[in-house]
Amino acid sequence: MWNWIQRFSSPKHFYSMSAALIPWFAVSALLVGLYGLYLGLFVAPPDYQQGESYRIIFIHVPAAWMSLFIYMVMAISSAIGLIWQIRLADMVAAASAPIGASFTFLALVTGSLWGKPMWGAYWVWDARLTSELILLFLYFGYMALQSAIDDQRSADKASGLLAIVGVVNIPIIHYSVEWWNTLHQGATVAKFDKPSMHIDMLIPLLLMAVAFKLFYAALVLVRTRNEALYRDRNRRWVRELIKNL
Amino acid sequence: MNWSEFFNMGGYAFFVWTSYALTLVIVVANIVSPMVQRKKTIARIKRAIKRENLNLDNRA
Repeated sequence: MWNWIQRFSSPKHFYSMSAALIPWFAVSALLVGLYGLYLGLFVAPPDYQQGESYRIIFIHVPAAWMSLFIYMVMAISSAIGLIWQIRLADMVAAASAPIGASFTFLALVTGSLWGKPMWGAYWVWDARLTSELILLFLYFGYMALQSAIDDQRSADKASGLLAIVGVVNIPIIHYSVEWWNTLHQGATVAKFDKPSMHIDMLIPLLLMAVAFKLFYAALVLVRTRNEALYRDRNRRWVRELIKNL
Repeated sequence: MNWSEFFNMGGYAFFVWTSYALTLVIVVANIVSPMVQRKKTIARIKRAIKRENLNLDNRA
């Protein structure tokens, strides 16, 4: 079993197996995303309170979900890398950080563009917004540690530890709208009751969420392949591969 | 619904379309940046291989 995991998670094996998957993820992300956009912008009715401005939800909420999801991928991969010394897991974590940071940034800015017409302010220091901003800084911290430490194993240990400790922020973000009085609206989808959202709005929202996930899958594969090439640059499989390029 | 009404977004055009434009920028940047990274990494490894071969030639 252990040998099997070792062989299967070798960067060389990953590099040769992953190439075929990328176009499938990329194309399905595009198709699902375009259909979701069509439903969200043309089919879904305007909101009875927020009018047309609510259409920002179709990118804001999937981006915010991705910012949490990618962080969990990063933290879990870091833990696997720390505990079982699986190099591929550290590569996945390092590859995820810039993607997660970009989605976090997108969630913050689209939220601010939605907040201005609805709350009258681009930014308020409320619990949901502040904890999401801390998430962005956690991503930045991970990336800074990765690039500041030359020795790759030490870099993975330090940044991985930061990622794992930062997980404490994830439930804080999720429950912030319940624990504190906040301007941010409460959960409309992820709750035990049935979602308090019209089905014509809910379907494009979920389609966009799926499209963002597929997009991330394609991106993380591409970036992990880059990490594998760079980190194994002195190993024979990379040398032989590069010679044939 | 006509197009000018669609682009007007009930008066929220600036907020809605800035959000969607920024999304497009981030999506494109996420696609381009690893492609550039890959090219740079491969060029760097090629240079390293060349350098090592030169060193070996000099020693011989």
